[in-house]
Amino acid sequence: MDIQYVYTKKRSEFGRQVHFTDRSVEIIADIQPNPELIKEYISRNPVEVAVQNAREFSEHWVNTVRFETENRGINHVEGGWPKDVNPLEPDQTSRFRKKTEKEDGYGRAILSLGQSIEHTIRQNNAIDIYENYFEHLEPDVVEEAPYAKTINIYRDPHNIRRTANHISWYADGPRKLAVSYCNLEFQSATSDSFIDSYIWDIENPTKPELYLKPISPLVCIEFNPKDTHQLAGGCYNGQVCIFDTRKGSTAVEQSLIENSHRDPAYKTVWLQSKSGTEFFSASTDGKVLWWDTRKLSEPVETLILDIEKKGRLENALGAMSLEYEPTLPTKFMVGTEQGRIISCNRKGKNDAEKIGSVFPGHWGPVYALQRHPNFTKNFLSVGDWTVRIWSEELRDDCIMWTKPSMHALTDAQWSPTRSSIFYTSKMDGTLDVWDILFKQNEPTLSIQVVDEPLHCLRVQETQGRLIACGSQNGTVTLVEVSDNLCVQGKSEKALVTGMFDRETRRAKILEARVRAKRDARAKSAQGEKGEKATGEVAPGETELREADPIEKAEKDFWKIIEEEKRKRDRKVVADDEKPAAETGAVIEEEGAATTTA
Amino acid sequence: MTSQNEVDDMIKRIQASKGVQGLIIIDSDGIPIRTSMDNDTTLHYAALISQLTIHAKRVVRELDSSQELEQLRLRSHKHEIIVAPESKYIMIVVQVPEAL
Repeated sequence: MDIQYVYTKKRSEFGRQVHFTDRSVEIIADIQPNPELIKEYISRNPVEVAVQNAREFSEHWVNTVRFETENRGINHVEGGWPKDVNPLEPDQTSRFRKKTEKEDGYGRAILSLGQSIEHTIRQNNAIDIYENYFEHLEPDVVEEAPYAKTINIYRDPHNIRRTANHISWYADGPRKLAVSYCNLEFQSATSDSFIDSYIWDIENPTKPELYLKPISPLVCIEFNPKDTHQLAGGCYNGQVCIFDTRKGSTAVEQSLIENSHRDPAYKTVWLQSKSGTEFFSASTDGKVLWWDTRKLSEPVETLILDIEKKGRLENALGAMSLEYEPTLPTKFMVGTEQGRIISCNRKGKNDAEKIGSVFPGHWGPVYALQRHPNFTKNFLSVGDWTVRIWSEELRDDCIMWTKPSMHALTDAQWSPTRSSIFYTSKMDGTLDVWDILFKQNEPTLSIQVVDEPLHCLRVQETQGRLIACGSQNGTVTLVEVSDNLCVQGKSEKALVTGMFDRETRRAKILEARVRAKRDARAKSAQGEKGEKATGEVAPGETELREADPIEKAEKDFWKIIEEEKRKRDRKVVADDEKPAAETGAVIEEEGAATTTA
Repeated sequence: MTSQNEVDDMIKRIQASKGVQGLIIIDSDGIPIRTSMDNDTTLHYAALISQLTIHAKRVVRELDSSQELEQLRLRSHKHEIIVAPESKYIMIVVQVPEAL
């Protein structure tokens, strides 16, 4: 039904004051009820209506402004002496003391006090009244849901966004955190971006305890496990520097830029040495350099990560992560930007001997690499969208892996206390807890820490209870996990050993089968050329035909490429001959032009 | 005079007891009268403990006005501090319990 009421108005009357007049009622439209429509409805009987006689509430939450605290101290000097006694004069004070001792109540008071104290002292010597019974019993494993809660958030005091890309815990207990901030986006460093990195005291999230001022932003920072005041930092411009917290904010030592890396020194790790002064650094320029803090002008040793062992820098793979376990002092592993993982031995006379085996790794840069603290043969690596667990015995493939996740993984670490747990951080700001004994297809616990990408995480070594995560806009969050994620059960180590052994054996069997297939194919290929096909070779042949399409495709591909190359070469040769022909053509043309003219 | 000797005897006995590291007697103003430790430590203890004793006395008094603080023991990892207050004097003993 289209009801319209049309009226016209002269343009000259637009905008004029409206005059209202009365007029009689006029029916414009009359819509009668349509009894046909009732057939489309059924009347509802009974009707349920919910009525609540209660006050209406609305929810609103408020967060108070952060309370900024500062610590101040008062120096208490000797006081309380009455006015006439000068506390610095020993004879005056001793005279005062003797006077009080001679007072009436003194003797009695002291005697009574002394008696009660003597009683207490003897009691203390007899029994330890504060004894904790059943202290050494293992706590029962409580089957509660694991949880994690955020304890503290440390925000970058500067407003300019910088990624917190590496965290290192204080070596002597969970009191301090060193965080390095660096804006890693390509060529986005502006001159007004701050290049400081901080050391935070856990208890004070408002202000960092110490500002570290390097020459160029730090991409990596590590506390020296031997000397808790020293820190090694890798800079964005490739230098490495040493900080000492006792000596202030600027770097105590800095390596010479000519002898340092040519790309940001992505990882620096302290070495286990007698002097406690050695560390090594790796960078995407393809080199691993060893340094001694006493002499940072040039590296002690250099290793070029060329997996063909020819020491060519052009061939070298860029290093993104380093792995070093103090209990295996001569071996270390490097995760590269190209995805390979190289296991190396420091005790090699030249580069070729230093580089050991190469694992295929990931389809992208390997962002984190760590050996299992209890099972040194197994290590985990993080790259592309998965976490892979490897065994050193198997060079071809990993033994366990997670399914690809929705977001890229940035960092991972084994839990130092529980053998089956590791933590990962993702680009959507979640911290995942994986327990391989409990669930292997998805994380046991997934916590949304912040809303922006998390770039690094560090579990606190001694108890495994506190985890610090650094995010893209410079916020470091301290998360505490529940007991059942950090206290190890009795049989856990055995179960994890069993699992790793099982997976390693499975992978070995698969590898052996693949090798057997390859050998059989190679044999059958020779068999085809020479002798007649026997029954044994038949299955080999069928397998050969299965592999054929792939090989055929590869051969075709290369053929096409070769043809294109040849065509181009011919064209180049033709071009060389062309100028000679061209000049001839020009002369001809000129000749034609002159004739026409 | 005799009470003086008695007092001295008592103090010596306490100091000779097993595990006792030090003894301080302070008056109500916090001035150390007798001490077996060095001056700085004595002053430190005197200042801190006299304040703590005042608070503790008030706590006991307020919870039950008929009671009075008799003794205060502070056990830490390394030692135990026993404080016995009186109306005008406070005796502080630092002991490492041998029973541990």
